Amino acid sequence: MDLTYSTKHQELQAEIRAFIEAEGHRSPKFGGGRNRPDQQALDWQGLLLERGYFARTVPTEYGGHGAEPDVLETAIIADEFSRAGISPGLLDVGNLIVVPSLLDLGSEAQCARWVRPTLTGETIWCIGNSEPGSGSDMANAQTKAVAVGDDFVINGQKIWTSGAHYADMMFLLCRTEAEAPKHKGLSYLLVPMDTDGIEVRPLVTMTERPEFNETFLTDVRVPMDQIVMGRGDGWKVAIASLKHERVMLGDPNKQLQRLHGIREMMRETVIDGVAVMDLPEYRDRLLRLQAEVLAAKFHNMRLLTLHDRGEEPGIPGLIQKLYGTTLNHKLSALAIDVLGEAGLPYEPHEFGENDPATAWQIDYMYDIGLIIGGGTSQIQKNIISERGLGMPREPKAVVPPARS
Amino acid sequence: MEFGLSEDQRLIEQSLRGHLADAVDLDLIRRLAADKGGFDADLWAGLCELGLPGLLVAEAHGGTGLGMLEAAVAAEALGYSAAPTPFVGACVMAPLAVSLAGGEEQRRHWLPAIAAGEVRLAVGAGALAGATGTAELSLSGAHLSGRLTGLLDGGGASHALVYLADGRAAIVALDADGVALSARPSLDRTRPLADLDLDDAEAVLLDGADDAPAVARRVLDAGRLMLAADTLGAGQCMIDQAVDYAGQRVQFERVIASYQAVKHMCAEMVANLEPCRSLVWYAAHVQDLDDEAERRVLACLAKAHLAEVGREVARTATEVHGGMGFTDLMGLHFWFKRISYDRQVLGGPERCRQDAARAQGWLAA
Ligand SMILES: Cc1cc2nc3c(=O)[nH]c(=O)nc-3n(C[C@H](O)[C@H](O)[C@H](O)COP(=O)(O)OP(=O)(O)OC[C@H]3O[C@@H](n4cnc5c(N)ncnc54)[C@H](O)[C@@H]3O)c2cc1C
Repeated sequence: MDLTYSTKHQELQAEIRAFIEAEGHRSPKFGGGRNRPDQQALDWQGLLLERGYFARTVPTEYGGHGAEPDVLETAIIADEFSRAGISPGLLDVGNLIVVPSLLDLGSEAQCARWVRPTLTGETIWCIGNSEPGSGSDMANAQTKAVAVGDDFVINGQKIWTSGAHYADMMFLLCRTEAEAPKHKGLSYLLVPMDTDGIEVRPLVTMTERPEFNETFLTDVRVPMDQIVMGRGDGWKVAIASLKHERVMLGDPNKQLQRLHGIREMMRETVIDGVAVMDLPEYRDRLLRLQAEVLAAKFHNMRLLTLHDRGEEPGIPGLIQKLYGTTLNHKLSALAIDVLGEAGLPYEPHEFGENDPATAWQIDYMYDIGLIIGGGTSQIQKNIISERGLGMPREPKAVVPPARS
Repeated sequence: MEFGLSEDQRLIEQSLRGHLADAVDLDLIRRLAADKGGFDADLWAGLCELGLPGLLVAEAHGGTGLGMLEAAVAAEALGYSAAPTPFVGACVMAPLAVSLAGGEEQRRHWLPAIAAGEVRLAVGAGALAGATGTAELSLSGAHLSGRLTGLLDGGGASHALVYLADGRAAIVALDADGVALSARPSLDRTRPLADLDLDDAEAVLLDGADDAPAVARRVLDAGRLMLAADTLGAGQCMIDQAVDYAGQRVQFERVIASYQAVKHMCAEMVANLEPCRSLVWYAAHVQDLDDEAERRVLACLAKAHLAEVGREVARTATEVHGGMGFTDLMGLHFWFKRISYDRQVLGGPERCRQDAARAQGWLAA
């Protein structure tokens, strides 16, 4: 353990503080990610890329800063932005899932073509994994891609595709090898959303907002070289990309920001003349959550270190999605309780910055969505116990027939 | 000893449930949720025929003179079907307030009209319940001014019953001068909250109570208990839907109900909810007895406990549905939001537990 700041780290910290002081007012509101970034967000992203506060370790030829991995640097940047309540850049599925997956597994040409515009926010992605019949059982995907000439021709249906209504590209899981066994027949294709034959139908969620979609693909043609790795390698890509997705869903810096938001709200909200912060039953909950959030933050630093050392994280990595999404939900649950009755008015279509009630109610529901999305908590527990703890898989049961 | 519903109570439950099963379906809930008004004349007329608004009104005043246990059974049934209708304020708190705090003349005037469903009262008790909203009313002679937020049952209301911070209650007509009630769509689209602005508005102060604050607490407790019973019903319905869905959905070539993880989620939900039913029954039973501390403790603990169990059930039942549970399409969220609403009005669980502690002398008043 060495957390002392070298001169280099001290300089970085001072540099970022000066940056935030000078430029922080240009930051978009932290959070979001459920809409296409607006001009302010794109400008901010450009600035962060220019300074190397985003995509710091991504090679320069792909639009990154090309720095050597350094956990402390990563932590310093995250910390300073989080503390200042300032956006750390575009934390969308393109940057958090597609870019790292392409850097790990994509071809040089694919990296050269897709990474830079994704970093800048010019290209927005959606993830096409789930289908009506294959959610948890993702490998059961039935969407088919057949080789015709130099193209794949894709037919099928995706569901719960977050952001498909504004995305430029889809990271699509499909079946290219009709004859191969379930897990061996899959491939990932990079599909432009404006290709003929793609129809996106919005699907309203419990928040009342059309946050995800049904995506129908009919004779959609994609050049063969837009496959990630080789034909039939889809399950490998899935495992790698899901790992990134699960890290995204448990981001401790976002949790720290939310904790700070709740703290402020507890100071401002008054019940019968007493600030909620002065009521021990609420303050105790905040403190418990502070411990959980700090544990997540330091756990994350530990994982970054393992990653830099090239070591497999094992259980510490496997628990991240379960821990993070559960914690997120506890945070928004406390926020809702602090708001109390005043937290019930709900205007999800036109809510502004001064409407914490609607914002937290949306989060409270969306956090449950994310407990489900990207592999449910039960699937996470199966993975932790089977892959992490080496416990035997559940025996294949005789299939009880579904009630029709 | 006999701890359970009587034959008559079960009949009331069955007839109400039967009626609601016919009268309220997802289409109606959707339609009224889109409308956000919280009131449907046909549904209300049907519930009046079943005597819901007069449940707690004495027979001498045109009601059926039943007790809080019957009211709790009704609340549970309404929660089960997520019925978009006034109840907690209009059919329980208001008639109770008038019965216990109204003078002879006032009772004769108001109660028959309430029992007939003609006078429908929105109820604002924020000043007593530790609400986070605004409760700034001032009385000058027989006129009220100021602002009160978060009234229950504002949809379709003709009058409002409001509580002052000192426990006195007053009724204002919503069509009177200086009275403005505005509905605010709440998270639970079927039950809006209302904000009341009064500007020197004529008010009828209930004048028959010897101890107005004690009556106010009793009315508040009745409301809290009804919300607990509503959550009980809503939670049960979510469990039933989850069990049903799990029996149909197939993943990895298996019905998901055959996974121990899914079974245990469902089993845990019922294991937590079933004792709540007994708690609500007992809490309702004691509301009609003469022991103020017992009434208060049970109503507050029931409200707090159902809020906690309800929250877990709402989340777990949604999880059992996977991505479908998060869609609007499934409709499960109407019950989810109903449970959130029940938790957040008339004091959240923390506040209710504090009130229970005070009632037992565990905390300075
Ligand atoms: C907010 C949100 C955003 C999403 N965004 C996307 C997206 O952008 N792209 C995309 O492709 N998908 C997306 N999804 C879909 C998501 O990945 C799936 O919903 C998820 O994987 C669960 O699949 P399912 O909905 O089919 O549930 P099911 O698999 O039907 O699960 C239902 C229940 O059964 C349980 N279960 C299933 N199998 C097992 C088992 N073997 N053992 C124990 N329990 C089991 C589950 O835990 C769950 O409780 C999103 C979902 C949500 C809610």
